Amino acid sequence: MLPILIKGLTLLAGGRAVLDDFTAEIATRGITAIIGPNGAGKSTLLRALDGLVRPGRGTIAFGPGGRSPAPRRAFVFQKTALIRASVVRNVALAVEAEPISAAERAARVAAALERVGLAARAQDAARRLSGGEQQRVAFARAWARRPDLLLLDEPTASLDPAATEEIERLVVALRDAGTKILLVSHNLGQVARLAEDAVVLASGKVAEHGPVDRILKHPASEAARAYLKGELPWMSFAGVS
Amino acid sequence: MDVLRRSFLTLAAAALLALPAAAQTSITVASTTSTEQSGLFGHLLPAFKVATGIEVKVVALGTGQALDVARRGDADVVFVHDQAAEEKFVADGYGVKRTPVMYNDFVIVGPADDPAKAAGKDTLEALRKIAAAKAPFVSRGDKSGTHAAELRYWQQAGLDLAAIRSDWYREIGQGMGPALNASSAANAYVLTDRATWLAFRNRGQLRILVEGDVRLFNQYGVILVDPKRHPHVKTEAGQRFIDWLISPAGQKTIADYTIGGEQLFFPNAPKG
Amino acid sequence: MSLRVSVAASAIGCAIGIPVGALVAIARFPGRAVVVVVLNALMGLPAVVVGLVVYLALSRSGPLGHLGLLFTPGAMIVAQTVLVTPLVAALTRQIVEDADGELGEQLRAMGLSTLQRARTLVFDVRFSLAVAVLAAFGRAIAEVGAVLVVGGNIAGHTRTMTTAISLETQKGDLPLALALGFVLLAIVIVVNAAAAALRSHAARRYG
Repeated sequence: MLPILIKGLTLLAGGRAVLDDFTAEIATRGITAIIGPNGAGKSTLLRALDGLVRPGRGTIAFGPGGRSPAPRRAFVFQKTALIRASVVRNVALAVEAEPISAAERAARVAAALERVGLAARAQDAARRLSGGEQQRVAFARAWARRPDLLLLDEPTASLDPAATEEIERLVVALRDAGTKILLVSHNLGQVARLAEDAVVLASGKVAEHGPVDRILKHPASEAARAYLKGELPWMSFAGVS
Repeated sequence: MDVLRRSFLTLAAAALLALPAAAQTSITVASTTSTEQSGLFGHLLPAFKVATGIEVKVVALGTGQALDVARRGDADVVFVHDQAAEEKFVADGYGVKRTPVMYNDFVIVGPADDPAKAAGKDTLEALRKIAAAKAPFVSRGDKSGTHAAELRYWQQAGLDLAAIRSDWYREIGQGMGPALNASSAANAYVLTDRATWLAFRNRGQLRILVEGDVRLFNQYGVILVDPKRHPHVKTEAGQRFIDWLISPAGQKTIADYTIGGEQLFFPNAPKG
Repeated sequence: MSLRVSVAASAIGCAIGIPVGALVAIARFPGRAVVVVVLNALMGLPAVVVGLVVYLALSRSGPLGHLGLLFTPGAMIVAQTVLVTPLVAALTRQIVEDADGELGEQLRAMGLSTLQRARTLVFDVRFSLAVAVLAAFGRAIAEVGAVLVVGGNIAGHTRTMTTAISLETQKGDLPLALALGFVLLAIVIVVNAAAAALRSHAARRYG
């Protein structure tokens, strides 16, 4: 079904191009990190991939030659929106639109809660959970949707290290289950731990696209160098090209 | 969803309960504020219900409005006090027949110190003095029977209201009770039926100044709305109400109604 | 009498107003801005005007005359429903729109249709909506103009607390009118206190 072929994607917001002729081909499997400074268009790219925003110009296509139907997608945000109800009800929202029987829905929700370690808390009020637990609810939702493509928008940005580790384990588990993952993160350690390749985004354009190891150690573009310098000021990238 | 669904069900059940219970025989009578606010109906209707089992729902309005409501077909019987308007109502084909039932009388009440020196037995002379003194006077101004009577008296007194009225003449466009409240507040003269006055509790400085003039008689009539015009009119029950009102039993019940020992309405239906 | 009519009118008003308000809040369609303005304006609909229009409609000479509803509690429920439905719809729209700003995108990301999102958001803000319901009930029970015109203030049949107060005032029995007023006030206070208790319970339970 995948890869993802993005061609000439352009998106204006408030008279400014958030994405500007963005073109990339993203691999079929594994985790692809999307990094770059704030305002580079990372979140907008994820939203466009999920169909939440409509690009002004350009195309997003899936599969070899771009002829596959859109993959099943799930989205995890930095801060998860929870309704005033139990954990299980919140997770059930993720499969409400699925064309499956009520019994199957319930089974998927239960399995997802089990998977993220919240089965015992299913009846608790979701908004009363800790930040880390709330993100686990988000992953339970993602899990229940059985996505081919999972979009992660800084999923651990507001979590402590222990909770972050917990979430990273879930990301890896989803990848191992065959889900293609796009990860937006400013945590370069996390990017190095999880992702195989990385897209460096600057001013709505692809500055660089390649293996994570190489980009982090030997950034080729000026934009990547500037960004990495900002995030990792103690490292030196001088003289690399 | 449970909480929401449960509360909706409860509300829906309450809504059903609120619908009127299965209809027993009942008729709607459009009548005047004076009969309602004097408490006459509270005395009369239970007796009628005991005698016939028919429930009477009274909509109390000014005579003019009551006739309008009946003209639209929204009442079965009208029970009002403006002979000219009632006769026109029948002549126009809205009512079957007008039957006189009873009378009470109007009085002019005003401030106890009577600044216009209007007290006496002569209605027309009193109005002339009030106008001359430009003493505050409250008018119903609502097309009611009392309003019609008041306008008739001004005319008979030879006064052209349109020409002489100014600040002292206050039209309030409401029922008898509000008119009395307004007079009480402003210490003004006002024409009222005796029944409402006797039942009225907020008199302030007011007292009766003019009474006993034969002109002040106030005749009530009752009319069945013509089923030829409005087929849904409950002819039989409506006619039974009228028949009972003018029967010896009904007439006696009217005569029996008193406030503070004073009889308010005087039955005068034509005998059999 | 007052309670039954106002509860029924509020119930019907909510059954119509909440779905309408929620859909206007999240659906995007041409003319939506106009609908919002009209809803907000209808919130302030004068009761007497509603009474008059409902009277003319339900009168035997009016389009719905054959129902024979005029001067019955049914007519009063109709009038009060007309009065409170826009109020509920307008308040619901505001509350749901705020919630949509917070949750809407993520609900769309989960593939929920407009209808499913409306239902979910209404459920989410159910305790805030209690305020809208209460406002509706408050307007209904304190209202005198419309029920007086269409109900006729018939003793023991269509007389409500407010029309009784109005009548007693006209009869000059001000102490009795005032006493009835206090009873009405007490009802409104009790209902409001119950709603406040519900909300604080909800805040503790669900955050």
